[in-house]
Amino acid sequence: MSGSDLLIVLAAFLASAVEAVEALTIVLAVGLTNGWRTSLLGAAAGSAVLAVVVIALGPALVRIVPIEGLQVLIGALLLIFGLQWVRKAILRATGRKGLHDEAAIFAAEVAALSRGPGVGPDLDWTGFVVSFKGVFLEGLEVAFIVLTFGANRDGAFGLSALGAVAAFVLVASVGAVVHRPLTRVPENTIKFSVGLMLIAFGTFWAGEGIGVEWTLQDWMIPLLAVLYTGVAFGFVRWLKRTGPTAASVRSVSA
Amino acid sequence: MRYVVGFGRFWYDFLVGDSIVLALGGFATLGVGMLLVHFGSHLAAEVALPLMVVATLAASLPLRR
Repeated sequence: MSGSDLLIVLAAFLASAVEAVEALTIVLAVGLTNGWRTSLLGAAAGSAVLAVVVIALGPALVRIVPIEGLQVLIGALLLIFGLQWVRKAILRATGRKGLHDEAAIFAAEVAALSRGPGVGPDLDWTGFVVSFKGVFLEGLEVAFIVLTFGANRDGAFGLSALGAVAAFVLVASVGAVVHRPLTRVPENTIKFSVGLMLIAFGTFWAGEGIGVEWTLQDWMIPLLAVLYTGVAFGFVRWLKRTGPTAASVRSVSA
Repeated sequence: MRYVVGFGRFWYDFLVGDSIVLALGGFATLGVGMLLVHFGSHLAAEVALPLMVVATLAASLPLRR
């Protein structure tokens, strides 16, 4: 392998690792909050659909698939869904919403069981969709990286694919190691953190899709996460200081 | 029919949930971002998007004393 070949493998590895870490973050987040079965099934379904798309289209993928449109759609959904979670987590952290609504959880379990065979009681469709979309979009971006890097080297897709596969193996191994310690974190803290990450990803992807050229590129995601975390903690402090009123409790429990 | 209703309810819960303000604010944020990009204000869009997300979250919370 020549020096330039090695550079192609390394460049594809680093670019793919960034996307794989983003996908892993979402899969871990869904696993911790909605259950590992939901998260892994969503990830597997996303990978399967992605594989079909990549095999069917091959190098034509870069021309045919409207990546910007997908980024807007998936980014908007993650943004809105993440905002819902952060709002609930803020209200729970400030005592304006119960940490656990046992009656609602029981009703949801009964409803899930009454749907009959084919839908397991511990499969959460919302989590499934979030995991599916995260893996599908990030996987699509990895496919774009492999194809564009390969196309720039006269169709040497093998080298860029090698870098991408190495990145996937490394990131998946890290995920397998870190998922267990994370399960000991309190539920509302996890949901708070996951919501903040979803908002950061959603803002970034939707922004890219509508044509925003983020100055810091992918580094904008952690920066957005830090910004939103600071703001969310500010809201928690403000709400704790003002204290719940009868009207506010009524409005948030509606 | 049951599946269509279930499908519709799923997406309603996904997008609207407890507060319609978040869905409206999310779409408004993207609308404003698109306008800014359309008129060539990329830096303004880069700043406006996170600020509008924060404003949307603030509008959904009972922040008034």
